[in-house]
Amino acid sequence: MTEKKNKSTIQRRLIPSYIFLILFSLFSILPLFWMFTAATNTTLEVAQGKLWFGTHAAENFKNLLASTSLWQSMANSFFYAAVQTVFSLLICSMAGFGFELYHTRGKDVLFGILLMAMMIPGVATMIPLFTMMSRLHLLNSVLGFALPAISTPFMIMMFRQNSRNFPVEIMNAARIDGLSEPGIFFRIYMPVMKSTYAAAAVITFMNAWNAYLWPRVVLNKSNAQTMPILIANLANGYTIDYGMLMMGVLFCSLPTIIIFFILQKQFAEGITGAVK
Amino acid sequence: MIEKRNRWGWRFLILATAMITVFSFYPMVSALLTSFKTGSSANMKAADPIIYNYARLFKDKMFRTTLVNTFLYLVIQVPVMLVLAILLAQLLNNRHLKFRGLFRTCIFLPCAISLVSYALIFRSLFATQGLVNSVLMGLGFIKENINWLGQTGTARGVVIFALIWRWTGYNMVFYLAGLQNLDYSMYEAAMMDGANGWDTFWHITVPQLRPVIVMTFIMSINGTLQLFDESVNLTNGGPAGTTMTMSHYIYNNAFGTGVANFGYASAMSFIVFILVGILAIINLKVGDTRD
Repeated sequence: MTEKKNKSTIQRRLIPSYIFLILFSLFSILPLFWMFTAATNTTLEVAQGKLWFGTHAAENFKNLLASTSLWQSMANSFFYAAVQTVFSLLICSMAGFGFELYHTRGKDVLFGILLMAMMIPGVATMIPLFTMMSRLHLLNSVLGFALPAISTPFMIMMFRQNSRNFPVEIMNAARIDGLSEPGIFFRIYMPVMKSTYAAAAVITFMNAWNAYLWPRVVLNKSNAQTMPILIANLANGYTIDYGMLMMGVLFCSLPTIIIFFILQKQFAEGITGAVK
Repeated sequence: MIEKRNRWGWRFLILATAMITVFSFYPMVSALLTSFKTGSSANMKAADPIIYNYARLFKDKMFRTTLVNTFLYLVIQVPVMLVLAILLAQLLNNRHLKFRGLFRTCIFLPCAISLVSYALIFRSLFATQGLVNSVLMGLGFIKENINWLGQTGTARGVVIFALIWRWTGYNMVFYLAGLQNLDYSMYEAAMMDGANGWDTFWHITVPQLRPVIVMTFIMSINGTLQLFDESVNLTNGGPAGTTMTMSHYIYNNAFGTGVANFGYASAMSFIVFILVGILAIINLKVGDTRD
C-alpha cells in the first residue's frame, strides 16, 4: 500500500522532467520527420508549410534522378566509406594493440606525440594534402579520399583504451603453443575485441559517409562525387525545388539513420569509446 | 626473446604512425612554410616581406568578421548546448523515469544525419517561404514572413539554433556514459538526506562529471573553431559574410572560384591551429583538479 503510494508520488514529482524530455524529444525529431514528409510534397506544398505526407514522392524521385547522378554518388559514398573503414580498423587496431600490449617507455612518448595530431585542423592540412594528391594523381580517387583519414589518433586511442582489459595470459599461452606475434593479433586479439571493432566500424563508416570539406577538395569531378556533395550542389541554384532537395537529403541520410537504429549502442560506444 | 617481442610491438604501430606523420604532421609543417609564400598555386615564391600574409590578415576586415562570428558561436552555443546536455543526462539518469530508452534515442537521433543534411534541412525550414514562417503566421505571432537567413541577427540565431539541435544529444551521450560509472547509491543516499534534484545536480553530478565536462568543452571548442559545413550549406556565409566561419573563408581563399591564394589561406589556417591549441591548453589547466 505505502509502496504504491510512494511510487505514484515519485512519478508525480517527475512530471516536470517528463514534460521537458517530451518537448526536447519533439524538438529533436521534428526536423527529421519534416525531411521525410517534405520529400513527398511539391515545392509549393513545402513552401505553404505542409507538415504531412503528400503524393509527390515519385515525381521528386524522378526529378532527382534526371538532374543528378544519384546512383553513381550513392555507389561512390558506399565504396569510399567501406574502403576507409576496413583499412582504418585494420591499421589503427594494430597500432592500439602494439601500443598497449607491447608497452614500453619509448612507445608512450610516441603515443603522446601522435595525440597532438588531434589538434591539427582539417582546414590547415587541406592545401598541402591537395597538392600532394594532385602530384600523385590521386584526385578523384578512392585513395585520395581515404588515405588522409585512415590512421587517426582517435581510433588508435580507442583501440588502446579498450585493450586495457585484454587478458595478457592468453598471449603467453599462445606463445607457448607456438603462435607468432602476428598470429596472436589475427587469431586471438581480433576475435576477442569484436565489440570494439563493431563500435569503431560504425563511427568510421558514418564519419566517412558524412565527410564534406576534404571530399569537396579532393573530388572535383562530378562522377567521383559523394552524397553530401551531391545534395549541397542541389541547393546551389537560384530556384530550389524543395521537394526534390529533401528527397536528395533523404537518400543521403537514410543509410546512416538505418545504421543508427540498428547499431545505436555501438554508435554511442564509438563516439565515447576513446575516453574510458 | 623480449627483444624480439618488442620489435614486433614497433612493427604493429609503424604503419599508423607513418600515415599520421605523412598526412597530418608533414602537411602542418608544409602549411606553415606555404604561409610565408605568395603567388598562385603553380608558381609560388617567398613573400616580401616574409610575414606579408600575416600582416595582411590583421588588416583584412573579412577575416576579422569571420573570427568574430566563430567566437560568437563559441561563446553562445557551446555553453547553452553543454548545460542542456548535462541537464538531459541528469534527468535520464533517474531510475524511476519511464521510457528512458525512447527519450535517449530521440534526443540522440540528430547525430544520425550528416552535417550537410541538417544544414540543408534547417535552411529549408527557415526559408522565407518555409515551415517556420508559416507556422508562426498560422499561430498569429507574425504578420509577414521573416527573412531569417537574410538578416545578420536572425541568421546567426538560426546557425546557433541548428548547432544546438545537432550536437546536444551527442554531448549528452558522453555525460550519460560518465554517469553510468557513478555509484547510483550516492544519489539515493542524498535523496534520503532530503536533497532535491537541483542539489544532487550541483553537488554530485557536476563535480563527478568534471573530467568529462572538460573533455566535451575541448571537443566543442575544437569543432566550433573548425565549423565549415553549416556555414557553407545553411547560410552560405551570408548575409554579406556575417555568418561566415573562419574555415569557410579559408576555403574560399584557397579553392573559391577564380582564386588559389594558398599562401594567404595557409597563414589563416595556422591562426586557427594556434587558437585551437591555446584554448585546449587553457581548458586543461582550468579543468585540472590536481592542486
